[in-house]
Amino acid sequence: MDKTVNQKAWFLVLPVFLVVAFSAVLPLMTVVNYSMQDTFGNNQFFWNGVGWFKELLDPSTDLGGRFLASLGRNLFFSLVILAIEVPLGIVVALSMPREGWTVAACLVILALPLLIPWNVVGTIWQIFGRPDIGLLGYALNAIGFDYNYVSNDVDAWVTVIVMDVWHWTSLVALLCYAGLKSIPEAYYQAAQIDGASRWAVFKAIQLPKMNRVLLIAVLLRFMDSFMIYTEPFVVTGGGPGNSTTFVSIELVKIALGQFDLGKAAALSLVYNLIILIVCWIFYTVMTNAGAERAVKEGAA
Amino acid sequence: MHSIPGRRLIMGLFLVFLLLPIYWLVNMSFKTNSEIVSTMTLWPHTPTLQHYKRIFTDESWYSGYINSLTYVVLNTIISISVALPAAYAFSRYRFLGDKHLFFWLLSNRMAPAAVYALPFFNLYSAIGLFDTPWAVALAHCIFNVPLAVWILEGFVSGVPREIDETAFLDGYSFPRFFIKILVPLIASGIGVAAFFCFMFSWVELLLARTLTSVHAKPIAAIMTRTVSAAGMDWGLLAAAGVLTIIPGALVIWFVRNYIARGFALGRV
Repeated sequence: MDKTVNQKAWFLVLPVFLVVAFSAVLPLMTVVNYSMQDTFGNNQFFWNGVGWFKELLDPSTDLGGRFLASLGRNLFFSLVILAIEVPLGIVVALSMPREGWTVAACLVILALPLLIPWNVVGTIWQIFGRPDIGLLGYALNAIGFDYNYVSNDVDAWVTVIVMDVWHWTSLVALLCYAGLKSIPEAYYQAAQIDGASRWAVFKAIQLPKMNRVLLIAVLLRFMDSFMIYTEPFVVTGGGPGNSTTFVSIELVKIALGQFDLGKAAALSLVYNLIILIVCWIFYTVMTNAGAERAVKEGAA
Repeated sequence: MHSIPGRRLIMGLFLVFLLLPIYWLVNMSFKTNSEIVSTMTLWPHTPTLQHYKRIFTDESWYSGYINSLTYVVLNTIISISVALPAAYAFSRYRFLGDKHLFFWLLSNRMAPAAVYALPFFNLYSAIGLFDTPWAVALAHCIFNVPLAVWILEGFVSGVPREIDETAFLDGYSFPRFFIKILVPLIASGIGVAAFFCFMFSWVELLLARTLTSVHAKPIAAIMTRTVSAAGMDWGLLAAAGVLTIIPGALVIWFVRNYIARGFALGRV
């Protein structure tokens, strides 16, 4: 569909532009401003230039050490949950019933964790994992594991990861299911005539058709897990020690806990920049895929 | 051919994995605190409604739900009403900077809330909106307005252009065409967009907690604060949690086919 050029369309976009600019540009300018200054309280500010940024990227300083450690933890966390959620999501999508009321029932139950407030997700797992009152913690201890997410680093990590798998695998599954549903029946019939194996069908038909939604799923999950705050904060509070302190938790600690405005602002900017780069990849992928589809539909 | 061997078993196990923690929360909300702490029971042996009763009668608890609902509804109304014309513009016209604007909106949808917590605190304190539902409603616009634009754009694009042209030929003015013809045509899309605005505003905690202190405190913040201060009242915490799941669970049936679309910003 050809779009006509019409500059007056800006009037229609203006409300959105103003609302988002008020919420995004103004605060971001304050952040840039703070990131160049130091404060000793009482609203006295001193020019610090790029000092915070230098410190941030230097692991030998306190700020840099904390930032890079939390960044490392966060990247590791994102990789682990992607490695679990993407294959699991595909398997679940392939396991969806084909028709009947069970489809709707499965969709509803799958979607349920996605609609629970994030702090309640934390609360659910906090309760579920406790060795004294939680089913999971109690059962694990009963069969001989010494499981306690409050005091043991590994247990805390496992809890946070399982929680994220619980919370978000459904999203990957639902996206893949949407991709699978768009495959015409004729493809499967052709495969059957060719005597293709189950694995061949998956590799040659289903996976290529899921390509785009999978990419969207991976990028969405990466960005969301990279910004994760509420769920681990409720369950572990970033501990034991600092073992589950991710970038957002570190940032909030510095900004709202210590009111170290300069440091927090510098961290915010670098953090935002990383997200922006991933976001740009996401956008390019989606618009390219949209253009490809339009070309194909135009040709058909 | 479509699905894999053992799919019933896999699906069954996965659904159990999803439901078990939720069951445990519901289970706990009906137990007395002494039962929770003293014994491990798989279902409430002495079921009680005391926790729910406490939430519905204690103002410090139920006001949290009212506060949350207030800013969520405000946010949904603001987001949808500004996003509708923009979605139409993005769907129908090309204009200076449209692609950049679209990307900029997306980048705000993805911005970490932690980055904005502090500047929002300063901004809304400076203009006197701190600790009002308006502060949270406006702050949540940063991710909900782009979301609404993206979802609605998909639905508007599904309306054939000829309908616009016919309406204009029939002498409809733009506002009249918009309200009388376009909005009814994409009513289901508006419903879906409103649902997602509602949901994302409902589940967010960090900004809502940062921008309120006493009068507009959301239920999520009350759950984290009151409970830890008063010792651990597990039953009450569980009951409060169960009540926050209900709005989502109520409407989930109507949007089940749109969930993937909403999370993928209307691109699936």
